[in-house]
Amino acid sequence: MQRRDLLRLAATVPALTLAGRLFAAPTSPARFLLVFLRGGYDCTNFLIPYSSSFYYEARPHIAIARPDASAPTGALALDGDWALAPAVREALGPLYQQRQLAFVPFAGTDDLSRSHFETQDSIELGEPSRGQHDFSSGFMGRLVDVLGSSGSIAFTDALPLTFKGAADIPNVSLKGIGKAAFDQRQTSLLTGMYAEHHLEAAVADGLELRQEVALAMADEMLAANRGAINTKGFALEAERMGKLMRDQYRIGFVDVGGWDTHVNEGGAKGALANNLDNLSRGLVSFSQAMGEHWHSTVVVVVSEFGRTFRENGNNGTDHGHGSVYWVLGGAIGGGRIAGEQLAIQRATLFQDRDYPVLNDYRAVLGGLFRPIWGLSAGQLERVFPQVKPLDLKLA
Amino acid sequence: MATPCSGLALTRWQPTVALVATAAVALGGCAGAPTRTELAASRTDVLWLNRIAYGVNSETLADYKRRGRSDFLDSQLTARDPPLPSPVAAQINLLDVVHADAAQLLAATNAEYKRINALADGPEKEQARKELNERGNAFAYQAARRDLLRAIYSPAQLQEQLAWFWLNHFNVAESKASIRWLIGDYEERALRPHLLGHFRELVMATLTHPAMLQYLDNAQNAVNHINENYARELMELHTLGVGAGYTQGDVQNLARILTGVGINAGGPQPKLKPAWQGLYRHDGAFEFNPARHDFGLKILLGHAIRGQGFAEVEQAVHILVREPACAQFISRKLAVYFVADDPPPALVARMAATFSRTDGDIGAVLRVMFAAPEFSAALGGKFKDPMHFVVSTMRLAYDARPILNTHPVVNWLRALAEPLYGHQTPDGYALTEAAWASSGQMSRRFEIARAMAAPNAALFEPEEGSIAPAAGFPQLSNPVYFAAVEPLLSERTKNALGAATSQQEWNTLLLSSPEFSYR
Repeated sequence: MQRRDLLRLAATVPALTLAGRLFAAPTSPARFLLVFLRGGYDCTNFLIPYSSSFYYEARPHIAIARPDASAPTGALALDGDWALAPAVREALGPLYQQRQLAFVPFAGTDDLSRSHFETQDSIELGEPSRGQHDFSSGFMGRLVDVLGSSGSIAFTDALPLTFKGAADIPNVSLKGIGKAAFDQRQTSLLTGMYAEHHLEAAVADGLELRQEVALAMADEMLAANRGAINTKGFALEAERMGKLMRDQYRIGFVDVGGWDTHVNEGGAKGALANNLDNLSRGLVSFSQAMGEHWHSTVVVVVSEFGRTFRENGNNGTDHGHGSVYWVLGGAIGGGRIAGEQLAIQRATLFQDRDYPVLNDYRAVLGGLFRPIWGLSAGQLERVFPQVKPLDLKLA
Repeated sequence: MATPCSGLALTRWQPTVALVATAAVALGGCAGAPTRTELAASRTDVLWLNRIAYGVNSETLADYKRRGRSDFLDSQLTARDPPLPSPVAAQINLLDVVHADAAQLLAATNAEYKRINALADGPEKEQARKELNERGNAFAYQAARRDLLRAIYSPAQLQEQLAWFWLNHFNVAESKASIRWLIGDYEERALRPHLLGHFRELVMATLTHPAMLQYLDNAQNAVNHINENYARELMELHTLGVGAGYTQGDVQNLARILTGVGINAGGPQPKLKPAWQGLYRHDGAFEFNPARHDFGLKILLGHAIRGQGFAEVEQAVHILVREPACAQFISRKLAVYFVADDPPPALVARMAATFSRTDGDIGAVLRVMFAAPEFSAALGGKFKDPMHFVVSTMRLAYDARPILNTHPVVNWLRALAEPLYGHQTPDGYALTEAAWASSGQMSRRFEIARAMAAPNAALFEPEEGSIAPAAGFPQLSNPVYFAAVEPLLSERTKNALGAATSQQEWNTLLLSSPEFSYR
C-alpha cells in the first residue's frame, strides 16, 4: 500500500483551505450524488419482476402480489414486466411518471466473493478487474481529480474509500447538527498544533465545515427551536444534504445501511419495506431541497450486490449477485427501465441462484459521467481505466 | 475540587501554577501517591507503555519502574481476573449483569416478548415492547459500564485491550434480537476466558454462544432451511479472511455443517429418535439439535466431512484454524492493532509461523510481536481510535480516582461513532487511522475533547443514589502529565497550550494535540 507515499505527497502540497476551494468558480453547474446502500439490498422485492411466474415460485412467503388496477396501494406497474414495491409507490411513483427516475436492473460487478466488505471496496475503488486491489484511489477521488473542481463532500461519519486519492475531501455526518463549538481564536490554536502535520488539512477542513454547516442550517435550527420541524430520519438528513449541494457542493456521497435481510425481511410490509420507504422519502426531500438545481442534478443509487432470487429458510434472502441501480434527476429522461435485460426464469439465473450482471457498474457510471461533465475519452479512462461506457441516455 | 486558575478569561493559563496547588488534590485520597520524580520515565518507555496499556496512569508507570520491562510484560501476558481497586470492584459487583444467568434471562425475555406479541395491536402493546427493550438496553449498558471501568482502572491493561480487540473481531451488535440481554455474558464467558489462550477456543466459544447464534442467524439454520450468513462470516471475518481461496461451495457446505447449531433457552428438550439421542447437546442456551442437522456428506476446503452431528462442527473449526491463511489473517490483524496500520510483512510472517507452530497460542504470538524490532520502531505512530482516545483521557485525567457514573463515557464513545457493542455489521470497527481521522472526525474529536476537559459533575454523580460531590476540572496537569505526556509535546503544541486562557481550554488543547492523538 502506498499510504506513506500519499502522506509524503500531502506534506509537500500546501494545504488549501476549504473556503479557497469552495468558492473557486465551478466550470459546470452539474451536480452528482452517489447513494450507496450498504448491506446488499433486496432489489427483487423493490423492482418486482411480476411477469415472471418463477418469482412467485421462488418466494412463496415474501413475494409481493402482482399489480392490480383495483388495488391502488399495491405494487405499481411500470411496464409489462416490472412493478414498484407498494412501500415506495407514493414517493417514487410521481418521479417515475415525470421521467425523473429510471432503473437499471441486472447491474453490478464481476466480483464473485459475495462478501459485503470485499464487494463494497471493489465498487468504491472502481478498478478494471478482480485480483489484488490497489487501494491508493477510489473512482470518486479520481473523478474529482479529473474535473479539477472544488466542492466535493461525503455526508458520512468517516471518509469513504471511493474518495481516496483526491486531496482533502471534507466529510460531515448530517444526522445530528448543532452550533459549532470553537470560535476563531480557538480554531487557530487547534490548527496551529497541526501545522505541517499530515492531518493539517483534515483538521482545518473539519473545523471550517462545522462552521459552514451551522451557518447553512441556521434556519432549520431556528425552526427546530420553535418545534416546527417535522421531517425525521433519512428524510431530514437528505434535506440537509440538498441544501448544501444546492448552495455549495457539486459532488456528494452518502451511504445508508440496514439492508442485509437474512431473516424476516417481509413482503409488501415489513423490515425491507420500511427501509425502502425511508430511503425513497429522503430522495424526494433531497430533490425538493435542490430547487431549480434539481434539473442539473443526477443521483445514482447503488448497492454491493443483489440477493438470492429464492427466499432462504427464514423468510429472508442471502447474498446474491446482480442488483438494480436507480438513476434520478430533474432532466434525465427517465420513466423507463434502462440497460441490457433478459426474461427471468430459473434457467436465466446466475449460478442458479442470483440475477446475472449484464450492466457493469463501471460502464453504467462511466456512461453517465461522460455527458454530465462532457468528459473526454482520456478523462474517463483516468476515472475508470479500460472502461467501455454504456450510454443509457440518462444524463 | 478547587480550580484556582479557571475563569481568568483572556489571561494566559499556565499549568505549572496549578501543579503545586492541585496535584496533591488530584491524587488526594490515594495515600502515598507517587511523586513526579518517582514517575519519571524515558521517552521510549512512555511510548512503549502507551502501546501495552490504554495510556499510562501513575500506577502503570510505578509498576513498570518497579518491575522492569521484561517482568512487566510477563505480568501483562499472564491471564488473570482484572485486579481492580476495591471501590471499582465494589461498583461492578452491584450490577445485575454480573450475577445473571444468560440462559434464564433469555428464557424470561423470550416469554415476555411472546406475551407482548400476543397482545392486541395498539398503544399498550407498543408501550410494553418499548419498556422491555429499554430494560434490555439498561442491561447492555451495565455490561458496557463493567467493561469501561475495567479498561480505565485495571492494571492488566493488555488484557483490557485484548478484550476490546476480540469483541471487535467476533463482533455482535446489541441492537439485534435479544443480544442486549446476552452481550454481557458473551463478553464475560465466551471471550474473556480465552483472550490469551488458543484461538480455536475463541472460535468455539463464540460459535456456541447465543449472542453470536442470533447475530449471524445460525439459530435459524437448519436442514432444508439453509441460512448461510454465519458460515460465510466464520470464514471471511473470523478465521481465513476474504480471498483465502474458499469458494461459494465451501460456504454452502459449511452452512450445512452448521445446521442444528442453535439456541434452546428453557424450552423442552426435543423428542429425538434413538439414533440421535446420543448426538444431542445442550449447555446453557446453546443447543445442538440433530433433528435440525443435515447428515449428508460435505466437502470443506477439499476435506470430506461425513455426517456425525456436532463433531462435524469441531472438525470444521479444526480445519479452519489450521489453515495457513488463518494464521496469517489473525497475526496480521493483531499487528495492525498493536504495531502499525500496514505492519511489516516479515513481522507478520514470524507471528504467523508461531501461530501455526503453537496451534494458535495467542500469548505466544503476542510475545513474538512485542519482542520484535519492528514493534519498537513503530512506537508513537498509531492513531488512537475513539476507545483509545477516551480511555487514555480518563486514565490521565482521573488516575486512580474512581468515577461513579459511566454514562458520560458511554456517550462520548457514541458521539465518536465507536460505542461498545454498537457496530451493526459483522466486520467490527476499523483499526486504521484512515477510518478515524477524516476532517469530520477530527472536528468531532475536538468537540468531545472539550466536553471531557470540562468539569464533569456527571462522572461523579453516583448511579446508585447518594449525593454527588462538587465537581472540578479534570486535573490533566498532574504528575503523570509531567512524567509521561509533556516530554512528548512539540513546540507547536506547547505554544498553543501557552496561549490557553482557561483551564478548560488548556485541557481541550492538550487532548486535541497531535501528540495525545497517537500512541
